[in-house]
Parts: sequence; structure tokens; C-alpha cells
Amino acid sequence: MSNKEIVLEAQGLGKEVSSPEGPLAIVRDVSLQVRAGESVAIVGASGAGKSTLLALLAGLDLPTTGRVLLAGQDLNALDEDGRARLRAERVGFVFQSFHLVPALTALENVMLPLELAGRRDARAGAREALERVGLGSRVGHYPRQLSGGEQQRVAIARAFVVRPAVLFADEPTGNLDTATGGRIADLLFDLNAGSGTTIVLVTHDRALAARCGRVCIMEAGQLAPG
Amino acid sequence: MAAVNAVPLALRQLGREWRSGELGILLLALTVAVAALTGVGFLVDRIKQSVALQANEVLAADLRLESPREIGDAYEREARRRGLKTARSTSVLSMAQLGEATQLANLRFVSEGYPLRGSIGVADAPFGAPVAVSSGPPRGEAWPDSKLLSTLGGKLGDTVSVGEVSLRVSRVLITRPDQGGGFAELAPSMLVNRADLAAADLLQPGSRASQAVLFAGEPKAVADFQRWLDGARERGQRLLDVKEASPQIQTATDRAGRFLSLASLVAVLLCAVAVAMAARRYVQRHLDSVALLKTLGASRMFTLAVSLVQLLVIAVAASVIGAALGFVAQEWLLRALKGLLRADLPPAGFAPLGLGFLTAIALLAGFALPPLLQLSRVPAIRVLRRDVGAPTPLVWLAFGPAVLAVAFLVWWVVREPRLFAGFTIGLAAFLVVLTAAGWLLVRLAGSLRGTVGVSWRYGVANLSRRRAESIVQIVAFGLGLMVLLLLAVVRNDLLSDWKRSLPADLPNFFFINIPPDVQAEFRMFLEARGAKTARALPMIRARLTQIDGQPIEALKFKDDRGERFAERDQNITWQAELGDDNKIIAGRWWTPADHGKALVSISEEYQQGLGLKLGDRMTFDVAGETFEAEVASVRKIEWDSFQPNFFLVFPPGLLDELAGTWMTSAYLKQGDGKVVAELVRRYPSVSVFDLDDILTQVRGVIDKAALAVQSVFIFTLFAGIVVLLAAVQATRDERRYESAMLRTLGASRGTVARGILAEFSALGLLSGLLAAIGATLAGYFIAREFLEVPYGFEATLWIVGLLGGGLLVAASGWLATRSVLEQPPASTLRGG
Repeated sequence: MSNKEIVLEAQGLGKEVSSPEGPLAIVRDVSLQVRAGESVAIVGASGAGKSTLLALLAGLDLPTTGRVLLAGQDLNALDEDGRARLRAERVGFVFQSFHLVPALTALENVMLPLELAGRRDARAGAREALERVGLGSRVGHYPRQLSGGEQQRVAIARAFVVRPAVLFADEPTGNLDTATGGRIADLLFDLNAGSGTTIVLVTHDRALAARCGRVCIMEAGQLAPG
Repeated sequence: MAAVNAVPLALRQLGREWRSGELGILLLALTVAVAALTGVGFLVDRIKQSVALQANEVLAADLRLESPREIGDAYEREARRRGLKTARSTSVLSMAQLGEATQLANLRFVSEGYPLRGSIGVADAPFGAPVAVSSGPPRGEAWPDSKLLSTLGGKLGDTVSVGEVSLRVSRVLITRPDQGGGFAELAPSMLVNRADLAAADLLQPGSRASQAVLFAGEPKAVADFQRWLDGARERGQRLLDVKEASPQIQTATDRAGRFLSLASLVAVLLCAVAVAMAARRYVQRHLDSVALLKTLGASRMFTLAVSLVQLLVIAVAASVIGAALGFVAQEWLLRALKGLLRADLPPAGFAPLGLGFLTAIALLAGFALPPLLQLSRVPAIRVLRRDVGAPTPLVWLAFGPAVLAVAFLVWWVVREPRLFAGFTIGLAAFLVVLTAAGWLLVRLAGSLRGTVGVSWRYGVANLSRRRAESIVQIVAFGLGLMVLLLLAVVRNDLLSDWKRSLPADLPNFFFINIPPDVQAEFRMFLEARGAKTARALPMIRARLTQIDGQPIEALKFKDDRGERFAERDQNITWQAELGDDNKIIAGRWWTPADHGKALVSISEEYQQGLGLKLGDRMTFDVAGETFEAEVASVRKIEWDSFQPNFFLVFPPGLLDELAGTWMTSAYLKQGDGKVVAELVRRYPSVSVFDLDDILTQVRGVIDKAALAVQSVFIFTLFAGIVVLLAAVQATRDERRYESAMLRTLGASRGTVARGILAEFSALGLLSGLLAAIGATLAGYFIAREFLEVPYGFEATLWIVGLLGGGLLVAASGWLATRSVLEQPPASTLRGG
């Protein structure tokens, strides 16, 4: 394990929801440390609690017990807008279903996080990010004019454009064929290597998980030792 | 800061969503709402002005100052300074002579400019068909009326002398606008130019003359001047405006005005429903993008600002387009109705524009802001878990602004505490009932699923699965349908009441001063010539001298009317049966046992003017003889029945010895001039009063009011249909996806179509049933309490409610979801 600083830490993390059968623990006592530049895959069966853990780590949801330290900040101590601000500055996202804003062009989608962070050079930065993912010629296209692989590349450009400390990816290749998925994975790890961004991804894709520096297996809400 | 940053993003998204047709429904709903509202506003504004102008023709002016003495010219100078037009009319009771024949006549000397409103009807022979002219006779000429010329035995071209001046008879006066509805002018009359007044030398001390100054102009200037004149006029000078001049027209205008404001209120509420549906859809469609923005680091304020900016732009666009459409629509409508409306219809004011904008803002604040606030609370985690929506709002936050906005708008339109309370409470109750019924239907649908075919099962299952949506739609459909049915009910009641009160054979002639001994013969004479006669009543002049033993001079009355009742001689009568145009509102009418007792029944106006109550003792003087009577009942009189009616009625057997003369009214066909001429010759003492013209005026006003009512009805109908479409649109995306799924699973288009039709038919039938119940109850309340017309139960309303509801909702649903079936399933599934 390197001596790099810890950018993401979960301490005794738990999440319970109410169900018709009583309280249901989706995530139980998860502790995890991720250092800067690391790539971590969280794998497990459907319903094991992978996506919930990702949401907790990224501050999209609050834990029932335990806490998350993201870039040195305790997420529990921040309100919703505070967590949003932290995400705008330090976090990038890539989703299985891309989640591009259909009303905006590829360029405008990539500009969005820069604009939200109040950056003045949003347009130039976004154009450069799109060129890095090989879509320099498609900047004016709307999401529905792009293929699945192209849409995911726009999403990756959007995630990296703010030079995030941590990039969270939820099944980034889940909606893509094997060949396209492979190219998307190449792109992710190239950018990771180039920028030193930490990657935390949730996946079913064994090949993708194998490319990560560390693989955590989730079973019934807990991280299996290994 | 957030708002400033949000503007470019909001506008970019707006432009893109507009191009993709996302915002069409929201914009359409708001635009139609504003168009309906401003259209109604413009129309009501102009027709009200037109009705008021037409009503003013009864005065021949907007305002009229009358006095038995000379009126100085200071008022006219002030009026002209304020930009008003003025004219004068002096009437003198004097003898007119033609050859050997003489007749006492009411000579009307009118100045240039008379009449300021309306026109004079003249003919070439007595009782001929009138031709309208806009000014009085030139100097040196006279226009005697039919009765005067018949009595004098003259014709056009003859010379008639009044006082010291000789005038040439150039026309026969048939009607003039200010001939009035009362009985003040019983003598035959003649119109003469006022320039001949001095030469005639009729105004001697003690001569019976009355002076009138007429004023007309822009409504605001007239209103200002009226206030000034009311303060400046001398005692004994009487100021008349249209409210006092013609109770029939005032009643019609009031009813029309009330109905129109009710109709515009309905348009306002339909706007509210449309906006709520559209806002709901907007929120549904923006859940994902708001969650994404938050994931990417946007604050709640920022996402709210994006939505607000977008909605504001849509609101402004809808207001501008809607107001323009509303203006064009009413302009087109008024052009189409040109023949029926006066040519110089006043231009539309700008007030409805302000009303449209303000209402749009109020509706958005009440109905769109709460869902938008909820939208901004969508948690970011929705990007990972689609089932997470916006948190359920607090009840007061969700409905409070809507209730406030509706209350504000209702109050703004009706401004009558009783109606406001009735309307808002009724509306709230109806909404609660609809919501409860919607919930029941949804429950019922669940239990019916096992018993119906696959299409119906799919359709009905949709109702219970989309529980909240189904309830919202039932409430929207039910409200829209109820409003349309209600308008139909109230409109029918109103129109049938008008028709009933003004039938074609309404009496058009009044006959007064019929000697008691020829009374029966006189009626037979009329009936033998095909006239339809009304009741005949005796007529006695009486003067009120004391109330409860207090001399009348010592009493103070709260208004002018009371003073006039106290000062003037009254015509009184006796009557055994209560006419069906009279309604007892206090006390009781007499039975045969009461005949001969010292009782009196007074009219509502008389009771209010003098502040009387049941049991008060009133002392009268009839030809020097004094008697006392006790107030036994108060009557509400339908003056527009045109039957003989009296403020004061006594039981038979009390005044029989005092009977002076009798009066009656009758309907004579137009052009029966010869009958009247013959009657005038045979019964010279009888005064004939021709009501045809005033009846034509009243009918004209009522026709116009009815037209306005129907026009408004069309606007409201259109608004209602758009609300239905907006409601159907709210679930369209979901339907598209489901239809694609079902068809992928092997369902035929027919099966899916029948399912959709089944769902909407069920919705429509229940909404229609509830709307029929609601409209019947509300119609009863409004007809009885508000319009003061009798309520007629209508079975057709229930049939129309159920069938119309089912068909309308099914058709609207079908039209709006038709495209669901026309798209290949693959394209829908690919699009998500």
C-alpha cells in the first residue's frame, strides 16, 4: 500500500431502510480507506448493496450509522447544499445509463459541472475534455444523436473535466457491448493514470474489476475480507 | 447569485425542450387559459359598456338634471369644461290649436344636440312605423305625437299654434328616447325646437313647466361630473342616472353583469386546473435533470432558479400570446355579431390585459410554485435509484398557496361577501367530494379486475395502479364538466326567465283614466279588436300624511327615494288576488275575511325608502278624507311584467266609495294604429301610453346580454376542453411506454386501444356523474340566491353529464394518447 494521502474513508458505515418486514440493513458496518490515485472495484451479486454503498461514499445519501470522510470533509457534518458544493469541486460521476441532459449538446453537458463550480473558462475546458475522449468533432451533437459508447465518453469527459479528486462510476460499461465497454474502460484507466484521479467503481464486469488496483467483494451489505 | 448563473442554463434548456416539443402542453395550457380570461375580460368590458350606453338612451343622456324651476347655465359650463356634451329640454303643459280644434298637450322644447343618446322615431302618419332620426325638429316646425294629431284631426303640412307661435307639422312623433316608463306624462305630447320657446311666450309665473339639462360623455368624466353635480345641485333639482331611470334595464344589466362575472370566474378556475396539471407534468419530467444537477454539484436554490426562470419565460410568452389571441377572438366575435350590437361599440380597454397578466402570475404562484419547490427537493440519489422521487410536501405547503390564489381571484371577480362565501365553500366541498369519489372509484376498480376482459382489465387496472394520478384526473374532469354543465343550467334558467318575463304578447299599451262606468265596455272594445288585455285596477290619488301618528314632515328618510315617496301624491289601488308577478316577502296577503279591514300591502321599494315594518300605521289623505291602515305585507314586484302594479295596495271593501278611475294594459299588434286612433276618439278622457318602444329597448338590451352570456359560454367550453387535454397529457409518457411493452408482449393495437378507452370512459362516467350532482346543487343555489330566477330541474343535465362526460373524456384521452399506438414499440422502448 502506498503512502499517499487518504482521499476517501468510510468508518463503520451502515444504512437501514424500512420495509414491510421491518427495518432492512442494506449496508452493514463497512469500513474502507482509499488513497489518492487508487482504483477500487466494488463487486458483488445483485442486491448486495453495492450501489447504496457508492451513493453513501459520494454523499448522494446519508448513512444511518458511521461516517464518510471525502477529501478530508466529514459528509455528515455538511448539509445537502454543502455536500453538493463538495461534489462540484472534488467529485466526478459516470453512470450506467449515462445521465446526460437531453436538452444540452455534448459540449454543453461537459460545460455544466464547470459552470456549476463557477469556472469562467468552461467552454474551452469542456472542448479540451471532449477532444481527450475523442469526440472533438461531435461537440454540437445532442445525446440522442450519439451512440451509447459516445454518450458514455461524453459522460466521462464531463466527469474528468473538473479534475476531480475521486471519480465514482456505477456500472460504467453495463449498457455497452463488450468491445465498446472495453474501449470505455481503456479510456477510464488512461485518464486515471494521466490525472492521478482516484476511481471507485461498482461493476459486475469481471474484466473491468480486474483492471482495478483493488477489488472489494460485497456480500449481504458487508465487505467480504479479501 | 444562483439565479444569475441559472439563467443561461435555464434558457438553453428551455430552447432545446421547446424544439423537442416538451413544453408545448404547458405553454398551450397557459396560453389558452390567458386567452380565455382576457377574451372574456375584453368581451365583458365592451358589452357592459355597450349595455350601459344603450341603457342611457332611456334618459336620452348619461345624466339628467330635472327641476320644476329654471336651471342656470353654470352646470352646463362646468360640464363643457370637463369635455361633456349638453342639451336642454323644457316641457310645458299648454293648449295646442289646429284650426278649430284644441287639446291640452305636453310641449317639449328641445335644444340642438337633443337627444344626446338614442334616437327619435318619427313617421309620416299617426301610429305609423317609425324611422329613426338623430335630432329634433328645426325651428318653426313641430312634431306632434300620434294621439295629439289624431285628436286635433290634423295631418302633415298643417299649422299648429302653441302660445304666440305658429308651427308647421312636418313629422309625427312616434317615440323619443326619454319618454320614460312611469306615468308622469299622460297628456299627448309634441316636440318643438327650443329656439321657438321664447317666441311662444309660454313660461309665465304659475305655468306648469319642467326643465331638464342633459349631459353625456366618456364614462369616467360622467362619473366625476356626477359626483360634482350631486354636491353642487340645488334643492328641488333632481339628478337621474340610468339606475333610477329604468328599473327593467337595470335588472337585465345587473343579471347579465353577474352572470358574466360568474362565467369569467369559471374561466379563471379552469386556468388554475390547467396550470396545476401542466406544472405537475413539468415536475415529473424534470425529476431526473434536477437530481443530475445536484449530483454534479448544484445547490437547491440553483435548481429552483432554473425551474423558475423557465416557468417565468413560459408565463410571459403565454400571457402575451394569450392576451393577443383573446383580443383577436373577441374582436372577431364582435365583428360577426355586428348587426346585433351598436355600431359605435366602445373600444376595448386595457384593463383586461392587466387582469390577464396578474391572473397568470397569481395562478402560477398558487399552482405551479409549490410543485416546483418540491421538485427542488428531489434527492441526488435518484440518479442511482429511479424509484426515489420528491419528498411528500406538507399539506399546507402543497395546497395553501393554491387556496390563497383561488380565494384572491374569486374575491377579485365577485366582490360580494355572500357569493364569495357560497362559491368558495361550494367549491371546496365539491373538491372534497370529488377526491373522495375518485378514491372510491380507484378502490372499486381493483375489485372489478377479475371479472372483465383483458382490455378492460388493463384499462381499469391502470386506474388503481396510478391511484394519485387517477384521483387528480377525476377531480380535474369533474370540475371542468361541472362548470360546463353549471353554465348550461344557469344559462337556461336565465334565458327562460327572461323569455317568460318578456313574452311576445307582453302588454304594450297602458290605458289610464278610464271612467268607472265605461271600464267594462272599454275592455270589451279592446278585446273585440283582438287585443289581449291584462288585469284592470282602480286608481285613487292619495297622500301619505302620518306614520305611526308622526306627521310626515317631521320624519327624516335615509335617501332621496324615501323623500320622494313622502312628498308626492301616490296612486293607490285595491285588489283581492295577488298577481303572479308579485311575491309576498313579509307578512301575509289578505283572505276574504280581511276584506274591508284597514290594511295595506306595500312594495319592497316603498318599505325600504320609508323604513317601514309590518304593523306600522300609515295615515292617508284621499280628496280631503283621512283614513289609517296597518302594514300587513311587503311585496316584491316584477316590474318587467308590464302589468299594472302599485306601490300601495289595499283590500277590497275599504276604498270602494273613493274610486276615481281605472287602469289596464293590453297587447296590441304592431301597426294596430287605427284601433288606438279609434279608441282615442271614442274615449277622449282615456290616456293612452305606448310602451312598444321601451319594450323594444328592453328586449334589445336583453338580447345583447344573452349574446354575451353565450359568447362567454363558448370561451369557457374551450378552456374546459383544454384542461381535459392537459390532464390526459399528464400520464402520456407512462402510457406510451406501457403500450409499447404490451405490444411487444403480443397485444394487438385494438386490445391496447380498448384498454385506453375503457380507462378514460370509466374516468369520464364517474366525473360526469359527480359533475351532474354538483351542477344541479350549485345551479339551484346560484339561480335562487344569486340570479334570483326560479330554478328548473333538468333531467337532460344528468344524461348530458354522464354521456357527455364519458364521451368527452374518452375522446380527449383517445386524441391525446392516440400517438401511443401509432409509434412502433421499438422506438418507444429505445427512447426509455
